[in-house]
Amino acid sequence: MSLSHYIYLATILFSIGAVTVLLRRNAIIVFMGVELMLNATNLAFVTFARVHGTLDGQVIALFVMVVAAAEVVVGLAIIMAIFRARRSASVDSANLMKL
Amino acid sequence: MNQFPWLTLMGLVPLVGAIVVWVLPAGLAPRAKQIALGFSLVTLALTVAAALTFSPHSTAQFQLVEQHQWIPQFGVSYALGVDGIALALILMATILTPICLLAAWHDLPGEEGTSREKNYFALMLVLETFMVGVFAATDVFLFYVFFEAMLIPVYFLIGQYGGQRRQAAAVKFLVFSLAGGLIMLAAVIGLYTQGPGGVDGFLVQKLTGLHLSESTGRLLFLGFFIAFAVKAPMFPVHTWLPDAATEAKPATAVLLVGVLDKVGTYGMIRFCLQLFPEASKWATPVVIVLAVISVLYGALLAIGQTDIMRLISYTSISHFGFIVLGIFAMTTTGGAGATLYMVNHGFTTAALFLFAAMLVNRRGSKRIEDFGGWQRVTPLLAGSFLVAGLSGLALPGLGAFIAEFLTLVGTFQRYQVAAVIATIGIILAALYILLMFKKMMTGPKPDLAKGTPDLGAREKWVVVPLIALFLVLGFYPKPVMDIINPAIRTTLGYVGVTDPASVVTVADPAQPTTGVTK
Amino acid sequence: MHTLTNGLGAYAGPVALAGEGPVTAVTASGITAYAWLLVALPALGAAILLVGGKRTNAFGPLLATLLSWGSFVVGLLVVISMAGRADADRAAHLHLFSWINVGSFNLDAGQRLDPLSMAFVLLITFVGSLIHVYSLGYMKDDPDKRKFFAYLNLFVAAMLLLVTADSYLLLYVGWEGVGLASWLLIGFWNDNPAYATAANKAFIANRVGDLGLSVAIMIMFFQFGHVDFASVDAGAANASPGALTAMGLFLLLGACGKSAQFPLQSWLGDAMAGPTPVSALIHAATMVTAGVYLVVRSHAIFEGSPTAQLVVVIVGAITLLFGAVVGCAKDDMKKALAASTMSQIGYMMLAAGLGPVGYVFAIFHLLTHGFFKAGMFLGAGSVMHGMNDQVNMRRFGGLRTVMTITWATFMMGWLAILGVPPFAGYWSKDKIIEAAFIGEGWRPWVFGLAALIGAGITAFYMSRLFFMTFHGKKRWTEDIHHPHESPLTMTIPMMVLAFGSVVLGAILGFGQTSLLQSWLNPVFGITAGTEGEPVLPANLLLGLTLVLVLAGAGLAWVRYVRDVVPEIAPHGNLVTQAARNDLYQDAVNEGALMRPGIHLTRSLVFTDTRGIDGAASGLGALVIGASTRLRKLQNGYVRSYALTMLAGVVIILGAVWVMQ
Repeated sequence: MSLSHYIYLATILFSIGAVTVLLRRNAIIVFMGVELMLNATNLAFVTFARVHGTLDGQVIALFVMVVAAAEVVVGLAIIMAIFRARRSASVDSANLMKL
Repeated sequence: MNQFPWLTLMGLVPLVGAIVVWVLPAGLAPRAKQIALGFSLVTLALTVAAALTFSPHSTAQFQLVEQHQWIPQFGVSYALGVDGIALALILMATILTPICLLAAWHDLPGEEGTSREKNYFALMLVLETFMVGVFAATDVFLFYVFFEAMLIPVYFLIGQYGGQRRQAAAVKFLVFSLAGGLIMLAAVIGLYTQGPGGVDGFLVQKLTGLHLSESTGRLLFLGFFIAFAVKAPMFPVHTWLPDAATEAKPATAVLLVGVLDKVGTYGMIRFCLQLFPEASKWATPVVIVLAVISVLYGALLAIGQTDIMRLISYTSISHFGFIVLGIFAMTTTGGAGATLYMVNHGFTTAALFLFAAMLVNRRGSKRIEDFGGWQRVTPLLAGSFLVAGLSGLALPGLGAFIAEFLTLVGTFQRYQVAAVIATIGIILAALYILLMFKKMMTGPKPDLAKGTPDLGAREKWVVVPLIALFLVLGFYPKPVMDIINPAIRTTLGYVGVTDPASVVTVADPAQPTTGVTK
Repeated sequence: MHTLTNGLGAYAGPVALAGEGPVTAVTASGITAYAWLLVALPALGAAILLVGGKRTNAFGPLLATLLSWGSFVVGLLVVISMAGRADADRAAHLHLFSWINVGSFNLDAGQRLDPLSMAFVLLITFVGSLIHVYSLGYMKDDPDKRKFFAYLNLFVAAMLLLVTADSYLLLYVGWEGVGLASWLLIGFWNDNPAYATAANKAFIANRVGDLGLSVAIMIMFFQFGHVDFASVDAGAANASPGALTAMGLFLLLGACGKSAQFPLQSWLGDAMAGPTPVSALIHAATMVTAGVYLVVRSHAIFEGSPTAQLVVVIVGAITLLFGAVVGCAKDDMKKALAASTMSQIGYMMLAAGLGPVGYVFAIFHLLTHGFFKAGMFLGAGSVMHGMNDQVNMRRFGGLRTVMTITWATFMMGWLAILGVPPFAGYWSKDKIIEAAFIGEGWRPWVFGLAALIGAGITAFYMSRLFFMTFHGKKRWTEDIHHPHESPLTMTIPMMVLAFGSVVLGAILGFGQTSLLQSWLNPVFGITAGTEGEPVLPANLLLGLTLVLVLAGAGLAWVRYVRDVVPEIAPHGNLVTQAARNDLYQDAVNEGALMRPGIHLTRSLVFTDTRGIDGAASGLGALVIGASTRLRKLQNGYVRSYALTMLAGVVIILGAVWVMQ
């Protein structure tokens, strides 16, 4: 089986994730889209590690997982805080960054 | 190489003074101005002592040299040194600072002893440090640092302590200066890349006489020149000056117009001419035209002003036109005249601003038409103001005359038409000074509440030194000229120009001979 | 003051060139080495009175007067020692101190004490000191008397610096110094706004002249590399005619400003706003003649440029007629005298422009004029003093009986200016008329006739002034005016000057080679017999002049003594009206310079705030506008930020892909 299939899969997963992030309003779902994109890139990294026969891609994938885990912790905490404050998890209602 | 660190000390003393004044405990706060004055006088004494060790016959370009590595990775050094031009300007700055402090004694009525007053005097001392630094720096990067750092105290002095439109004026001043400074920064870096590099690659000496390609040299020249033209201020980038000088407290205006702006013209001599001789010659026609426009334009606008402080600001634009004219004439006479003009202009502007402020304080208005007949109210002050005005119109016998005349003569040697047109400035100068004097001082004695005081003891200490300086520089400017001359010769040596010979050779009258050779 | 004399030995003095006349100057020694006192004494007086303030009120005026006489004594001693030397050694040079020394411009301050400058020194110090004395009486009750004397002393110092300077630049210092003193004194009573305006007008007209002097000095430095008299005289021999013409014309512009010559004459009439002693000293006897001094001092330049000389003569001729015509119509006594001054200086200019034939007569007339005109001004002051400061001559008349001394002294001056033999004017003015007739072609006829006609008009308007004031019926009333003779402090100076008006001409001008001629000869180096002959016989000219003078005076007698003088000025014909308005010189200045100037400054102020500053502020507004729009992109929606990021990444990747 050609390794290019893995790349296609990674691309499809990334696209689904990106579309999720862009279209959905619920912060939790958006977050899931982000995770999906991260995992799609992980897949691509691992694939390329295999293609080039080096360990670099796998190492980076591990780093991404660690960072993603940390990010989930912080991100969920923020979402919880916003939800508590506003009784809504919609990203559109949280536009406090606007000047 | 390193001798007694005169220049560092001259910069450090006011800085220490500023910190002392700033951290002064509340109990001693009413003494802030006395302490500040004390520190500025110590600085003046140091400067005079340093000037006495200065030898006009030295062959080195800079004296009182100090040099230490600062950021060797980028070739930046802490390098100080002065030639005659810089020394004269530092002397002027350190003479003016105590005078300004004295004039600013009651600048913040109702706030005597507050921390705001403390900060006011501390900021002026900080400014003095930077003024010494900017003239003494012989490392281009260090110069740039001082050049920009000066903006900070001035910004606060205008923005915090100025008049009603102080914020707008301060921002305008800052934006103009920063815009010029940014262009200069690019040129500074560009110049370094063209230089020899190394741990002291920013030293002026290392960057003098580089073989720059024509276009590089011209671009770098423009980078420096624009910054200096904004600072100087020349037509058409002068509009920040009247606003800043009018809104600032008079003492600040004096330091701003009298000293800080000189950095522009000083920079033209030290950096534009010395580092980019080819480009300077290339730009000369345009600069001469702009300078002549500045002379006439500033004077005409001064005639049309109704606010006395604005009027004085516009006279400065006219005078800066003369200075730039002298510098870019590239003759020893013009250069020395321009340098002498810088010194004289510092004192003249100081006198005009400070004496006018004394009048404004008494009358409570800056509008010229609100005065009238004040010669009968405060005769001494009116007389002093007249002398300052006469210095402003360059009356022979006062210092400004010799400077202006030498500038014009030096210009005439190369650019006859420009010199003759600029000479019209002397008529316009008579107009703006005398019309103002007539409106403010002559006429029937006004109905004022009794007890408008004439010059007080403190004010006399402001007036007398300035008028004495006018007269000394008018009749015996030799000591100043002696230190300026070699510096101008050296600089023009770098440019590679010699004075045009007179058309008819006349034997020097000092060595009596009888024939005339043609 | 020791430094002033220290440098004496070092300076050997400039040496002239062969063929340029004996202008060799020897180093000053003996009393001449103290010639700096000439300037220093009155300068000291001015300093003491101004710095000392009210403390010197009591003794200040007396001190100033004494110091002025002190200057005269020094001048007299220098002249005596000079007269004791041989012709060639008379010009002395006194080195004062090293003044300007930059680059190629080297100039020491020094004094040139030669017969020409000493002639001026004597005139200035003598007349000046007399007027100090006169002022003691005239200004007795003025609250600012001390200031007045301080300014007078300042004037004397500056004027002496002007005439004894050894270089054009130092002369310029004195030149502006007298201008300043003149400004201060014209505006002495400046609580009257009109007087303050008159002062400013004088200063600014003078500044226009100063422009000329400045540029002339610049050309000198450009041409010769020096600006001291000796070097310029030496260099003039080798300079191109074009350069000399330029120098000459610019010098003339300077002279026109200071001496109120056409076209810069308009300030002199208004300058009469100053106290009368000032008008006598500054605006009649000394300062206004500085232009003549400048032209004569620069004779080497003018002799090298016939064009410049011709222009000098033309300016002189125009002004002498201009002043004379204006003088005929003025009812203000001082303004009529001012117009006369202008006209008489026109004579001097004309003479100075004629070349070597005229120099001596220009100076001669300058000296005699200094005496008789100052005397008449003091007489006018005496009349005003007695008439409650009235200056309108239509309100005078018949004052001969109440002011006998004033009348008598004034009459001496009147006869002198008319040129009646043997009074002073006869010796000097008639010589100028004679000299104006010397030459070839059209010039002697035009200029000679101008001078001749001028003499006739002069006779008319001076007689008019004299008759209207002192003769005829009295047109004043006892209750309004209390005419009385002035005190001795005022009349004695008038008597001295009147005496001078009688005898000075004969003393200086008698004989084939007159005293003044032999005194001044070393300066100009005129060789006898080169003067040429007038186109009409000298005796005929003399006769014609006298006839015209008698006609003018007779006409005045008919109109102002025999006929009744109306107290209100009659409407008059067009010429009279024009002359009353100074031939519309102010209107011309106003229309050509003042109004356009005001419009120019106003429009420039507008341009500066709206245009140039507007451009800078506009740039700021542009940045603010652009940022306001760009800010809208920051809408706070996370999703749109994400989209932007995505789009950015896609574009970058696409760009990389295309590149490859």
